[in-house]
Amino acid sequence: MAEIGTVAGAVEHARGFESLQGLAEPAPVVVEHRSGLGAVFWICFAWVALMMLLAIFASLLPLTNPDYQNYAVVNTGPSLHHLLGTDDLGRDLLSRIIFGSRVSFVIGFASVGIALLCGGALGLLAGYRGGWTDNILNAGSLVILAFPALLAILVIEAFWLPRTLLKLTIIFAVAGTPSLFRVIRATTLSFANREFVVAARTMGATTWRILFRELLPNVVPAAVSFALIGVAVAIILEGSLAFLGLSVSLPTASLGNIINEGVTNNLLQVNPIIALWPSIYIFLLLVALNLMADRLRSRFDVRAGNL
Amino acid sequence: MTRYIGARVVQLIVIIFFISVVAFLLVHLLPGDPTVSILGPNDTVQARAELLRQLGLNKPLPVQYWTWISNVFHGNLGISFLTHQTVSNAIGVAFPIDLELIIVSQLMAFLVSVPLALAAALRPNAILDRVATTSTYGMLAIPTFVVAVVLVLVVAVKIHLFPATGYNPIAQGIGPNLRSVLLPSISLALGSVAIYYRLLRADLIATLQEDFITMARAKGLSTRYIMLRHALRPSSFALLAGAGLSIGSLFTGAFVVELLFQLPGIGFQLIAAINSRDYLVVQGMALVAAIAYVVINFGVDVLFTFLDPRVRRG
Amino acid sequence: MSLRRQRTPHLEFADASELEEPLLDVQDLRTAFRTTRGLVRANDGISFTLDRGKTLGVVGESGSGKTVLTRSVMGLLPNVNLERSGSVRFAGHELMGLTPAQLRDVWGTQMSVIFQDPMTALNPVVRVERQLTESLRIRLGLDRRAAHDTAVALLTSVGIPAPEQRMRNYPHELSGGMRQRVMIAIALACGPKLVLADEPTTGLDVTLQAQILDLLGTLQRERSMGMILVTHDLGVVANRADDIAVMYAGRIVEQAPTKDLFSHTRMPYTEALLRSIPRLTEPSHTRLRAIPGRPPDLAALPPGCPFAPRCPYAQDRCRVEDPPSRTAGAGHRFSCWFPVGSPEGDDALARNVAAGVPAALAFTGAVPVGALSPVPGVSAVSPDVGTPAVGTPGVGQPGGGTIEGGG
Repeated sequence: MAEIGTVAGAVEHARGFESLQGLAEPAPVVVEHRSGLGAVFWICFAWVALMMLLAIFASLLPLTNPDYQNYAVVNTGPSLHHLLGTDDLGRDLLSRIIFGSRVSFVIGFASVGIALLCGGALGLLAGYRGGWTDNILNAGSLVILAFPALLAILVIEAFWLPRTLLKLTIIFAVAGTPSLFRVIRATTLSFANREFVVAARTMGATTWRILFRELLPNVVPAAVSFALIGVAVAIILEGSLAFLGLSVSLPTASLGNIINEGVTNNLLQVNPIIALWPSIYIFLLLVALNLMADRLRSRFDVRAGNL
Repeated sequence: MTRYIGARVVQLIVIIFFISVVAFLLVHLLPGDPTVSILGPNDTVQARAELLRQLGLNKPLPVQYWTWISNVFHGNLGISFLTHQTVSNAIGVAFPIDLELIIVSQLMAFLVSVPLALAAALRPNAILDRVATTSTYGMLAIPTFVVAVVLVLVVAVKIHLFPATGYNPIAQGIGPNLRSVLLPSISLALGSVAIYYRLLRADLIATLQEDFITMARAKGLSTRYIMLRHALRPSSFALLAGAGLSIGSLFTGAFVVELLFQLPGIGFQLIAAINSRDYLVVQGMALVAAIAYVVINFGVDVLFTFLDPRVRRG
Repeated sequence: MSLRRQRTPHLEFADASELEEPLLDVQDLRTAFRTTRGLVRANDGISFTLDRGKTLGVVGESGSGKTVLTRSVMGLLPNVNLERSGSVRFAGHELMGLTPAQLRDVWGTQMSVIFQDPMTALNPVVRVERQLTESLRIRLGLDRRAAHDTAVALLTSVGIPAPEQRMRNYPHELSGGMRQRVMIAIALACGPKLVLADEPTTGLDVTLQAQILDLLGTLQRERSMGMILVTHDLGVVANRADDIAVMYAGRIVEQAPTKDLFSHTRMPYTEALLRSIPRLTEPSHTRLRAIPGRPPDLAALPPGCPFAPRCPYAQDRCRVEDPPSRTAGAGHRFSCWFPVGSPEGDDALARNVAAGVPAALAFTGAVPVGALSPVPGVSAVSPDVGTPAVGTPGVGQPGGGTIEGGG
């Protein structure tokens, strides 16, 4: 961006601020690099962190046993005892949701975390080294990406019984690695030829040092942004699978399972909140993740299209 | 240019071959003995061994693969143990359903997202833009199955407007056909609208900053003309790429909607076959779905070369 | 999509030859942008007139506000964070305050602009044919056949060989010179009365520059158009403009008929610009007489004359009071307290040299610019990055002659 004090800079800068004044002239928007990530980001972060903490420490919290069926309070609405109400078997919805969210969180974050580590490391390497390393890895990722991941996940996790949390996490991680690899490789490539890297090299820095000290800090924001979106996608996917009974084998209840239960047997008309609460929970979680990813992207100017 | 397409076609063939291998391996490398479910109550050791030999499952994998692939080339994808129909038959039934679902839903998605994006890009950060962007955000955060469930509840159950489940083939009349496809299409379209809107809007805003737009204005051309005839085309690349990816993966991706609405598409049949170890069906469906995905992406790539005259040179 | 036939114009424009008043009459045009750092006054009270068939050259450094001027005169700037006031009278109509629809009637058919960079100003995915014919069909209502033929004729008139083939081309398939010619053809397609050429030859090589400028001149004469030629290169306007306006920091600091500007320069900035042009007659390796310092920050203009920090003649008064506009002969206006060639000016210069003011020393050549310490009062000065007003030596001087003595 040109300096504000110059005319060119002023023209660039003045366009597209706040509200327009109605002339049907297209007004370009300029991305402002405000320092800091903004209140919205941190609110979302806090929300996600809170939900995660609840999930992690679920067993320590004063929650009713999620599997305990109390026939005295079947299908009740929110009350003092049961903050979100109960389902058709008298189980407390709040604790069901919190315990159910454990699966979503583990699969979402763990799988993406693994994919980030593997895909990220390989991407850094491929992007920085170039040459044959890059060619092979890149071709490999393209070949893997050619096959629709969803299909593979469906088939694998349907056949590979019994379905445990670990297995599902691994499957998701493997499915997500090529995409993260490509993103990080692309980002690394855009940095690898910049002057500070060349400078480091001429000063005799080793490959590892360059990777860690020079490239990594620049690649991290883009990587985290895409990873967050990956978490959102993973959570949706796991929810869909759980909804169809194809996720972790029962009795481990996942959010999708709960929604499924809330939909069968006409429960949607009788007691819609069974399906409603987990849906709202997922919705808020996903919105928070998306907002965080978006904010990271605009703050660090990562172009989504340049894969 | 023909050379470029030729090279891509070769690439495509290689990828399809690879896909067939993966589809095959997926089924055969996983634990689970198909004979168990086929035989059912007649399950004895001898019966199982006999069946294995019959099906050729005791031969080495490459041989099995070759048998299967050569059969595929002759149009024989095998027979379903569950329904005793040929797999090709099953695919022939399932594929058009998915096709229709995809066409209708994506059409809807485009009809909503494109005008919305055009209007929003014209005045970024104005009311329309803010509302649209926020709502598409929300749409992205609602899993498809939740949308489907809500739709079913509101429209089918409460208002009795459309049938909740079931599919009516076109042969039985366009009207009932469309009605059975409408709700599932809407569920699918919602997610697509969000993605397409954001992609197009971002590109449009960037394009509108270009000098040639100012030049077009300086010619005295109307805003509508400029948006449609000057701004839209250069901004549609990301949208098309996204659409290609989206559509390609919808053949399997629609399985949630298919199951909910009882539409016997590829995803639906796939899940049923998976659950009953109907491995030939799984192989065949997986192959078809994967090929569809790859071919569509290939088509999008080729389309790019036609759309962007600058690409043609290279 | 159906193309609309010619809309009924909201404004009636008389034939140019019947005009009694000047073709373009700009009075006190002010264009300012609201930014987080304050109001940036890109145009700070611009006034000039232009008659039909005449050319006005607008010269200035980058950042002087000349491009904004062309956009502002036309009314092309997006109305966001914009403060625009003053009067722009064109062919008997006041353009300030027109609605967007009315302005659209003016654009293209009455006045048009030639952009600086044809590579970005032409839509890369649209063929030349459509870029030419769309205004013909939409604004003039020609049918497809007539528009096509007119477009071919236009291409011929701008000197493009094999025009039929060129119509099918995309912009990136043409050379830089041809692209610029296409731009000119587009600008003239609907027969405007006024053309604003915004640095039409920057980025072209020298021989092309001359060709394009000659072409513009010929077309202008044939059609009796008014032309505003904006450039940072004095050489470009030297032989082609009837009047020249020199801009600095958003204002016109001197304006005169070309001959007078060169022979009776009044404003020190103009003088410095002229002096900074290298002469072919000088021995090689003669140091460029650059103007030390940088253009001011338009968001934070110091009081008084904007050129004062870099001016060899500047006195205390210049840093406090804005010099008013004065006349020095027919059509010659300038703003300076201590003009060039006047007794008070010479006196001021002498005093500055004696006092060791760096700008004055650089001016007289007593000290090479590169050896100066930073000029006080100027925000950031890199001594050896002065601002020569000329890109390449000898540019726009077809005969290789010098600019001295008013050509």
